[in-house]
Amino acid sequence: MFKYIMKRLLLGLLILFGVSIIIYFLVRNMPADYIDTQTAAQVSQGKLTREQVENMKALYGIGDNSFTGILKNYFTWLGNLLKGDLGISFVYGRPVADVINQYMWISFGISFTALIFEVIIAIPLGIYAATNQYGVADYTVTVLAMMGISLPSFFLSALLLRVFSLKLGWFPLLGLRDATQMLSGFPAFLDMLHHLVLPMTTLVLLSVGGLMRYTRTNMLEVLNSDYIRTARAKGLSEKTVIYKHAFRNTLIPLVTLLGGTIPSLFGGAMITESVYALEGIGYTAYKAVLQADVPFVMGYNMFIAVLTVLGILISDLLYMVVDPRVKLR
Amino acid sequence: MNGINKNKNKYTLTRKEERAIIRENRKMMRHFEKLKKRKNVSESEYLTQMRDPNNLVEFDDLHTYFYTDIGTVKAVDGVSFEIPKGSTVGVVGESGCGKSVTSLSLMQLVQAPQGQVVKGSIRFNAGDKCYDIVKMPTEAMRKIRGKDISMIFQEPMTSLNPVFTIGSQIDEVILLHLEGYTKKQAKEKSIEMLKRVGIARPEAVYDSYPHELSGGMRQRVMIAIALACEPKLIIADEPTTALDVTIQAQILDLLREIKHKTNSSIMLITHDLGVVAEMADYVVVMYAGRIIEKGTVNDIFLDPKHPYTIGLMKSKPVVNKVVDRLYSIPGQVPNPINMPNYCYFRDRCDRRFDKCAGDYPPLYKISDTHYAACYLCDKSKEAQ
Repeated sequence: MFKYIMKRLLLGLLILFGVSIIIYFLVRNMPADYIDTQTAAQVSQGKLTREQVENMKALYGIGDNSFTGILKNYFTWLGNLLKGDLGISFVYGRPVADVINQYMWISFGISFTALIFEVIIAIPLGIYAATNQYGVADYTVTVLAMMGISLPSFFLSALLLRVFSLKLGWFPLLGLRDATQMLSGFPAFLDMLHHLVLPMTTLVLLSVGGLMRYTRTNMLEVLNSDYIRTARAKGLSEKTVIYKHAFRNTLIPLVTLLGGTIPSLFGGAMITESVYALEGIGYTAYKAVLQADVPFVMGYNMFIAVLTVLGILISDLLYMVVDPRVKLR
Repeated sequence: MNGINKNKNKYTLTRKEERAIIRENRKMMRHFEKLKKRKNVSESEYLTQMRDPNNLVEFDDLHTYFYTDIGTVKAVDGVSFEIPKGSTVGVVGESGCGKSVTSLSLMQLVQAPQGQVVKGSIRFNAGDKCYDIVKMPTEAMRKIRGKDISMIFQEPMTSLNPVFTIGSQIDEVILLHLEGYTKKQAKEKSIEMLKRVGIARPEAVYDSYPHELSGGMRQRVMIAIALACEPKLIIADEPTTALDVTIQAQILDLLREIKHKTNSSIMLITHDLGVVAEMADYVVVMYAGRIIEKGTVNDIFLDPKHPYTIGLMKSKPVVNKVVDRLYSIPGQVPNPINMPNYCYFRDRCDRRFDKCAGDYPPLYKISDTHYAACYLCDKSKEAQ
């Protein structure tokens, strides 16, 4: 077991190394350049010479855009990383790790709460739809789920904002806190929750459909299997058949799926956060990409990559817990 | 019932007909599902009288239909036979002839909502009372399943729940049906049951998962589950089909031994004539959802009357007999939707004559125990 985990972690390191090379080259080949965008005005006014700009680029470590140049910069970045230094964000002017740490938790809070709601809503609905297959309830739930899956997040967000924020005025439009009042302690927390209702609704509505369909499909498959017939032949009540014998088997694919959502918990919801102007990690990363903030984009992507590797490992371990047939070695 | 017959080409349906079928199906399925889901039904509604108190089960004109999108499949169409107490009844027939559906009807386990028992009755003698299983709501049926009637399925590899231990799956049925058992006593009983079905290390098997056992072992576990509550009737639905020959013999020996010890009846469903000859007291031969011949084992094996049964007997290999090629009955079973009105076997029969163009033949009595549904057996007409 311990050996297996160690093996997987070492393999993970190898994967992360590959991932970091690819991302670094991609980021460096983006058409945007931080120094160019920052200095464009001064250059056109003649306050800065091309030479000074090139010097600044070299100073920032993004001067040489040839292959060997990028490779050299990459190994500098990697060397710093191994020392535990993710570099300093161009845009925020602070260590990347600090910036991630600052914005991550709000994203995590939103995503985690949304995930809990998603699970609470989707799994019982999926089971209900499966046990009443082709019934009115099944069709209703399925149609709603398909709508949820098909709606783009920016569209749903805009719709919710228009109806509940602009027309009805029930919820604030943007941000995390009310700028007109100075609040602290518990009232501030309540105010934040008030701001988070719409973003959270968006996230839940969008994700519930997929999980519900997944639960329904798996449940149906399990309900048609021979051992469910055996359970019924034993004289067990329908409740025991569904919630003990069938659900325990449906849990196997569900756990694997949920284990894979770990990176998205911390990674933030880029589009939703952007629409609602929430200072989450997704929104922050989005702004950083626009300005070609190389250290931050690298740091953020590596953070997601690490979480993905861990998420897959965790879901494999959970798989072993819920399915006695699986042995990891 | 549905507009198929009006259509000139019977293999294609127009949209309109399709829709009519689906609408009709939904109506029927909802009707029967509602009947089964009733709660708090008084017992008097499904109490009945046995025709012969020595019988354990009497099937009487049983009709089980499947409502599919292309029409109604009459999987079981007017089946009547009985299972006497303490005897083994073999139900034989080729795949899809309705043997399994007959047994599942008895357990109320027909694939719902498509499959429904639409007509007839199944009388079950529960000792002091007797029930009509067709009229029973599922709630009441649950108390009979696993306790008075238990079932061994064809596929031991997939019939046990893969995520629970063997022990917990046997305990479950004991704790459910037998009163006054604590968990510890249930465990003891489970281990005893495992020992009884010939499992060598019952304590170790008790704690293992199904995937850790071989097919034969799993079938033994299934039998242990089926026997745990000492049922009056064991339905064995092709219990040996998925097993290799040596294990088959062991399992059959085990079933026979258990029957002698507990004096329970066995309804043995199989397409293996050898198994029937060895195990059964009575044999029921089914073809396309109907019984074509029934009788004692000697009646059927020594003096088969129906051309189909004769064909079956010819198509089994016999020791010490050199044959070039094993006999096979020509043709196929007719399409289960749109069954013809004449004898279903007519088109494959090598002994058909003018009369076979008429209605489906009734069961003609050959002796007190032996019946066959064939005009060849119509002695009264010949005599006249």
